[in-house]
Amino acid sequence: MDLSLEEGRFLTIFGPNGAGKTTLLKILSLLMPASSGKLVLAGQEVKDDTTALRQKIGVISHHSYLYGNLTARENLRFYGWLYRVSNLEERVEEVIREVGLELFFNDPVRVFSRGMQQRLSIARAILHNPSILFLDEPYTGLDQQAIEILNSVLAGLKNQHRTVVMITHNFEVGLSVSDEIMILNKGEVAFRGRREEVGSLKDFQELYREKVGGRR
Amino acid sequence: MKEFLSAVGAIVWKDLKAEFRTKEMISSMLIFAFLVIVIFSFAFDPTAQSVKKILPGVIWVAFIFAGTLGLNRSFLSEQINEAIQGLMLAPVDRAAIYFGKVLGNMIYTSLVEAVALPVFIILFDFSFSGSWLSLILVVVASTFGFVAVGTFLAALASNTRTSEVLLPIILFPVIVPVIIGAVEMTKAIFAGSSLGEVATWLRVVLVYDVVFLVIPFLLFDFLLEA
Repeated sequence: MDLSLEEGRFLTIFGPNGAGKTTLLKILSLLMPASSGKLVLAGQEVKDDTTALRQKIGVISHHSYLYGNLTARENLRFYGWLYRVSNLEERVEEVIREVGLELFFNDPVRVFSRGMQQRLSIARAILHNPSILFLDEPYTGLDQQAIEILNSVLAGLKNQHRTVVMITHNFEVGLSVSDEIMILNKGEVAFRGRREEVGSLKDFQELYREKVGGRR
Repeated sequence: MKEFLSAVGAIVWKDLKAEFRTKEMISSMLIFAFLVIVIFSFAFDPTAQSVKKILPGVIWVAFIFAGTLGLNRSFLSEQINEAIQGLMLAPVDRAAIYFGKVLGNMIYTSLVEAVALPVFIILFDFSFSGSWLSLILVVVASTFGFVAVGTFLAALASNTRTSEVLLPIILFPVIVPVIIGAVEMTKAIFAGSSLGEVATWLRVVLVYDVVFLVIPFLLFDFLLEA
């Protein structure tokens, strides 16, 4: 696979289950090493020690990476320490307001609904102002309010010219926020193009069917 | 180094905060230790001379088994919501995760030992005439060896579906030298020996401590990515 993305662009990756989307995202977000090949992130080639590069990366997954027995504030404070966020307390309050959870600041995360946990997970991922964001099925299990918040966060990221790579099965959302589109099938790039090239939602559905042979 | 230590501190803070809010792990470790004390105090006549010989072994059985309960839980909390991936994504040396967990487990196990040891001595009607300082040093050095290996293997076992069964199976054969050393040193100190007289075993345990701090430091990154 040969893939490059310019700084500040928003790429959405579509593909059927088992196409290798999550594996690709794990490699890109430095969670697992690639078995071969070369990876360059933020202009830096990824070598053995990826510690410094991870400061530039934020990940929102369908897993929240949160601790149920800690409160929302404690979870963010903990991650803030790990990411060495300056003015941490102010930043924590800022991001928690951004995701609309200020009323639940001191509640343990285990009592949060799935949507609230995902909103807090968004706050966790943007806490350290990452320049690159990876989103793995971020809409899974979200309530309407969380979907709107995630949409506004994504729009904000786009305006801030951050580089975003998102995996989703949701064609409508994917097409509405992206600059570039990719279809992955059986570990291979089946299609790669600019958003304008794929046309309407209906056109894209046809293109997708053609590229993956009806699998979803 | 400062960044490494602050990451270790954050992980210890997070684990202690979460644990002392629910006390799930500490309470199960304490209950287990007390059960062992009660069962053995009924099984053996506390006044018999043989108790002095078996007491060190009984104490370490309680410590090791109660400690294993804690070790098992230490990485299971990271599996919920895939929090371990959140740690792996953070810009910190991944060995800091290991050292943070070791320190957290050391605190839990030491707390249980600090509560259980006097109860053992009282219930077995044992008049301790040795040096408390030597006893504490031996307990700390041995516990550290157990926790250092146990934390590493707990991380390894946590990736499997049968982690709670797997951990004791892979842990106990590896910590045999520490357990033997701990029992022999405790027995000698209970008999009034000085630290110098148990120096050989103490050296074995300390070397073990160092080796099992260095090995995970080198391998923990690979273990997490596996």
